[in-house]
Amino acid sequence: MTAPLIEPPLALLAELSHRCPLRCPYCSNPLALERASAELDTAQWERVLRESAALGILQVHFSGGEPLVRHDLAVLVGVARAVGLYSNLITSGVLLDRARLAALVEAGLDHVQLSFQDAEAGGADRSAGLGGAHDKKLAAAALVREAGLPLTVNAVVHRQNLERLAQMIELALRLGAQRLEVAHVQYYGWGLANRRALLPTSEQLARATALVEAERMRLKGVLTIDYVLPDYYARRPKACMGGWARRFLNISPAGKVLPCHAAETLPGFVFPSVKSESLADIWYRSEAFNRFRGTAWMPEPCRSCDRREIDWGGCRCQAFALTGDAARTDPACALAPDRALLDRARDEAQGSPDFIYRQIGALASLEGASS
Amino acid sequence: MSGDVPNRLQLDGSTTLRFPKYAKFRYDETRGRWVVLAPERLLLPDEPAVEILKLIDGERSVAAIIDDLVRRFEAPREVIATDVTALLQDLVDKGVLAP
Repeated sequence: MTAPLIEPPLALLAELSHRCPLRCPYCSNPLALERASAELDTAQWERVLRESAALGILQVHFSGGEPLVRHDLAVLVGVARAVGLYSNLITSGVLLDRARLAALVEAGLDHVQLSFQDAEAGGADRSAGLGGAHDKKLAAAALVREAGLPLTVNAVVHRQNLERLAQMIELALRLGAQRLEVAHVQYYGWGLANRRALLPTSEQLARATALVEAERMRLKGVLTIDYVLPDYYARRPKACMGGWARRFLNISPAGKVLPCHAAETLPGFVFPSVKSESLADIWYRSEAFNRFRGTAWMPEPCRSCDRREIDWGGCRCQAFALTGDAARTDPACALAPDRALLDRARDEAQGSPDFIYRQIGALASLEGASS
Repeated sequence: MSGDVPNRLQLDGSTTLRFPKYAKFRYDETRGRWVVLAPERLLLPDEPAVEILKLIDGERSVAAIIDDLVRRFEAPREVIATDVTALLQDLVDKGVLAP
């Protein structure tokens, strides 16, 4: 068999830091958070951005943790602009002020994605684990629009706030957002640890989906609403990251290069570092990136499925989290031999509303197990 | 639902369109093709769409763009007008083009 042609990556998710003033119980960061002392320095990130552009990457998403904890953020945005990368800031907004935003605009920032935890301060601040967070986000949104930057509102939804989806859509409109991502919590890492408190009911989900469909019609040409059905209620898996190592690469605060932000949860991998290898070598030649690339690794029923190059077998991290084997079919697929695991988890998940908040050491035993 | 919804821009022949600062139509050397970079979006226009987008300059009206393409491609005006209007309306709805 000849090796399939590997296309260059389209986008870089640059996780500048795991530090964040928020403590959201569904954070996409790994349970084992990197400390500030382990972070790449400015010169290392500059080199990564130059290598990214040379490799064919078109867009860089500056993320975290909270990317604004890095005082060199404007410098890095400037480098992205200079090498022709489209830059997106993914932020909680609580550290944004007029002066910092002005510096980012001056450096050439193209777009801001601002996360919201709820439509109103009570629920939002409880989810964020930080008093006053919601009001700071409202102020940040106003600053972004005042500066003339396009705004995407990322509304993270789950059982405890899905009833207020209509108000979240109104909030996005009122803030002058151009796009709204209605982002169902994904159940890896922190989200998985809090699944019993977060997973929506099927009735909630049906109402939310119907609402989004109606609002998309009403708001056509005014507000674009992105909405993906959560895996636990889907019949077919999502094409996670557009397929393993097909479009995206993720760089952790310490410089590890990953095919997705949750990949560090997978055992038996040595993820390469930008400190010791070039991005091109990592993308085209590393064992970690090649392991689940394409279709040759697939088990049945994926291997002979008509959708194998549509969903790429779903999510490797979810397959591992639920079955203990990253190479199995994602149980989000109704055809997966392990589908019952997901069905059972859904039926059992209506538990206590209390959160395990994201913080270093909160899940020490799990950290030990995942490292 | 209640609340005032801003109006959707409905194109007509007199509309003049431009790429807003945050939407970048450019040639990608790595892939050897034109791309549009926009907030959390990457569009890969096909060849006819590229010919249309090259005429977006913030000055020419939709009707003038159609006239230009009719001349160059010697196709019936109504066919070109339908295709061009559909493409541009879609990009306006996505926020990639603005008046």
